[in-house]
Amino acid sequence: MFKKILSHHLRDIQGGMDDSMSPERYKVLRTKLVGLMAVVAALPLLVMAIINYHQTQTALNREVQNPLRAMLGKTKTSLELFLAERTSAVSFIVNAYPFQELSDEKALNRIFRVMKQEFEGFVDLGLIDSSGTQVSYAGPYNLKGKNYSEQAWFNQVRIKGKYISDVFLGFRMFPHVVIAVQHMSDSGESWILRVTLDTRQFDKLIAAMSLEPDSDAFILNREGVLQTPSNYYGKVLEKLPIDMPPATYESTVRPLVDPAGRDLFMSYIFSSDSDFVIMAMKPRASFTQTWYTVRSDLAFIFLSGLVLIFLVAYKITDLLLKRMSDSEMQREMAFKQMEHTQKLSSIGRLAAGLAHEVNNPLAIINEKTGLMRDLIRLKAEFPDRDKFLGLTDAVTKAVERCRGITHRMLGFAKRMEVKIEILDVNEIITETLEFLNKEASYRNVDIRLNLGDNLPHIASDRGQLQQVFLNIVNNALAAVADGGFISMTTWEKDLDTVGVSIQDNGCGMSEATLGHIFEPFFTTKKGQGTGLGLSITYGIIKRLGGELTVQSKVSQGTTFTMFLPKKPPEGAM
Amino acid sequence: MDMTQWNVLLVDDEEDFVATLAERLSLRGIRARVALDGEQALARVAENCPNVAVVDVMMPGMRGLEVLRRIRRSNPEVQIILLTGQGTARDGIEGMHEGAFDYMMKPIDIDALIGKIGEAVTAAAQIKGA
Repeated sequence: MFKKILSHHLRDIQGGMDDSMSPERYKVLRTKLVGLMAVVAALPLLVMAIINYHQTQTALNREVQNPLRAMLGKTKTSLELFLAERTSAVSFIVNAYPFQELSDEKALNRIFRVMKQEFEGFVDLGLIDSSGTQVSYAGPYNLKGKNYSEQAWFNQVRIKGKYISDVFLGFRMFPHVVIAVQHMSDSGESWILRVTLDTRQFDKLIAAMSLEPDSDAFILNREGVLQTPSNYYGKVLEKLPIDMPPATYESTVRPLVDPAGRDLFMSYIFSSDSDFVIMAMKPRASFTQTWYTVRSDLAFIFLSGLVLIFLVAYKITDLLLKRMSDSEMQREMAFKQMEHTQKLSSIGRLAAGLAHEVNNPLAIINEKTGLMRDLIRLKAEFPDRDKFLGLTDAVTKAVERCRGITHRMLGFAKRMEVKIEILDVNEIITETLEFLNKEASYRNVDIRLNLGDNLPHIASDRGQLQQVFLNIVNNALAAVADGGFISMTTWEKDLDTVGVSIQDNGCGMSEATLGHIFEPFFTTKKGQGTGLGLSITYGIIKRLGGELTVQSKVSQGTTFTMFLPKKPPEGAM
Repeated sequence: MDMTQWNVLLVDDEEDFVATLAERLSLRGIRARVALDGEQALARVAENCPNVAVVDVMMPGMRGLEVLRRIRRSNPEVQIILLTGQGTARDGIEGMHEGAFDYMMKPIDIDALIGKIGEAVTAAAQIKGA
């Protein structure tokens, strides 16, 4: 799919290359390019950020979960130890003392006192015979003679020999736990010693976990009934408003959202020795603080990376599109120039054809008129002789004018062709200036010629040299103010080279402009020039094996100097 | 050599032009014959060799330069002046390389042409004399 999208957009981009592009197309193209580049560059960054995010999260979770697990394990061990100690104490007493002694309340009270000294948490102690009747009792309540035979724990202790109850209120109406141990004598008689434990001991175990105030820890039974009070989930013997997790004897941590909507880590462990489950709730936020700082670092790097990518993508695209639009423009200009050249050359061909066609009848007119003139002059008595001679002279003069016109047309056509001839540079300069003399005289521009005497002829192309001089003198004319001057100088530089300089006292050029004048499409004549004149000039002179240099100072004038070889280089044309 | 002894051949496809020119030369006592194309020109040269041939460059059929070449081959003593209506020096210069005496652009001035023919006759006589 990605490929499809990509190819779709790329096709757009490629399509854009073929057609001439409007600014809107460039805008669309820019958006697409920036988008594409940014996406391609940002994607790996995004993937890395996501992977990093998850790794960091996992690591941090482990970091906060592990102490929680350890703490639960420890608390579970403490709880089990606490119960085991008391169970074995009860077990010891029931096995160590005979029934008669235990049924004596005085003896039982003494034993109970010692027990309370040794172990915390005992509330009372009672001996129950096999029929379920409390035979003797030591403790704050008067429970002697009470029958327990109907109660479930009694039957369980009769079967298993030992019993640890859940927390319950019982007759005493405060939460307590019962431990009961049965003794079987050798004679087959049995009795049960039953102690009640204060659940405050459980609270102490929980308090020993020393959790933060916003955390919660409590003991439950396997049915999810609270055995110790919870900060958030109810009092003792209330049901936990959260579903009990499946039993596990390993510390387990899992994320949870409680009914109040708090985002928590729930950790729990099931006791293997009893029905108790220790559970702790810790809000995620409180121990993910560290993680947030890490994440903000990560986000900062990610975002700054993203910004950087966008910036770079934008810059690159900008550059690219600028190049594209530049080359587009240049291409257009080149096309225009080509069109112009083609137009000129077809005009040239037309002119040549026309001149030729006209020259032949012109020659006939010339000869016929000449013959008429000859005949008239031969006959002295020709009537109106002088008048006719005047007429034929007028016709001959008109033919001369036409001849001048057709020869100029042919001269123009000739410039379209390339032909190396032996040329007199001075003559070409004079000839070229004929095209410009009119403008110069209108504007009162003084054209000074310092043409070298006996200037050696050179082998070059007449038309191209004319074009060169025309271009440079034209520029000079554009640069000088009315009344300024343009001077052209020719000299023999050395045995192989002829020098030509064209100087004006016009507006001149700045250093910056000077650095660009030979570049194609560079123009200071906004909207008028093609910016090709001087680049063509430069190209022609290079092709003819010459050199062209320019010196200019703003508001002082410009001097073009060229050196033309007497012989063109091999393969110049 | 006196003008009246010159033997000139005029070659051009424009009959009006070439006939009138011949008549004008005749009025000045110059013997001028006319050929309207290359073949005729070669035939005229073969039957009576002229001193000078004035040949138009642009002609249908055999072009002026070809006529020049052939005459130069068969009768090298004939001096040839090329006429061109195209104004370009190109054919003229090529003609010069091929051995033409000179070239002139149409329309021509009769006195200039006679002057040029005179020079050519003199040159031809010098070659012969040498």
